[in-house]
Amino acid sequence: MGILLSSDSEIDFFIHGVFSYQLFGQTVWITTSHVCILIVMLTLVVFAFAARAALLNGTEVPGGFQNLVELMVEKLDGMVASAMGDRSPQFRNYICTIFMFIFLSNISGLFGLRPPTADYGVTLPLGLITFTLIHFNKFRYQHVSGVIKGLMEPWPFWIPINIIGDLAVPISLSLRLFANVLSGVVMEALVYGLLTKVAIIWPAALHVYFDLFSGAIQTYVFCMLTMTYIADACNTGE
Amino acid sequence: MNFDVNFIKGCSAIGAGLALIAGIGPGVGQGIAAGHAAAAVGRNPGARSDITATMLLGQAVAETTGLYGLLVAMLLMFVQPLAR
Repeated sequence: MGILLSSDSEIDFFIHGVFSYQLFGQTVWITTSHVCILIVMLTLVVFAFAARAALLNGTEVPGGFQNLVELMVEKLDGMVASAMGDRSPQFRNYICTIFMFIFLSNISGLFGLRPPTADYGVTLPLGLITFTLIHFNKFRYQHVSGVIKGLMEPWPFWIPINIIGDLAVPISLSLRLFANVLSGVVMEALVYGLLTKVAIIWPAALHVYFDLFSGAIQTYVFCMLTMTYIADACNTGE
Repeated sequence: MNFDVNFIKGCSAIGAGLALIAGIGPGVGQGIAAGHAAAAVGRNPGARSDITATMLLGQAVAETTGLYGLLVAMLLMFVQPLAR
């Protein structure tokens, strides 16, 4: 019962197809990842509307839900400000969004879903968005001359190494998140699949470590590295 | 040369085990990071939260190579590209 839509009494942490359809002659599958990601997104949208309502009807002394929302915004803003300095107003919306999305995705294993971030098709786009943001801001703040000069550090013949280093950023970012979440999913699936008779109550400890602790750390790391890279790209070198 | 599929699957399992030797490096690296963080907290207990955050970030980055080994092991065990 650990993972959504899994069959009982066997090791099952794979992504399953829910239904398929034809698009331009290709068979396209809607998988459990899509279903889980939709649930995560709907939760976020509902939370967003609830937060908006709470803040519109806000009171001078916040109580209950409003307090939680204000605390969250304050903490996330503080995190972005500490990592990006005076560039933080431009990027805090994006960083806070992916923080909440990745965090909710990572801990969705607690609610019986297969975490969407345990699908490389979800983490690679996140890495590619970071890659796009890095290079857009690099061209915007350092201009073409600065970018070419940056590629030729420390010597001109170092260009291929620097290009490979740039291309490795989204791959290592997305693989880190993917592999961390996947290892948790696999280990929980092994416990639930192989130790069905004795997997009572104590696997909760596994969920606390793999879903909550590891999920929170990896979310923090992904956002922190994204911010570091973007802040580095925004650095005009003055 | 044609090998029996079961032989290839067995070799894949051995390869998966060998791939996880990659776990040694991150273990040593994370231990070093944690040791230095403990020493830093001992010298400057006031900076405890900053040190912990830096340590966790560094450890998570150091973990990456081990995770690559894990991914290779997973592919060998469950996707079995060689036994197709």
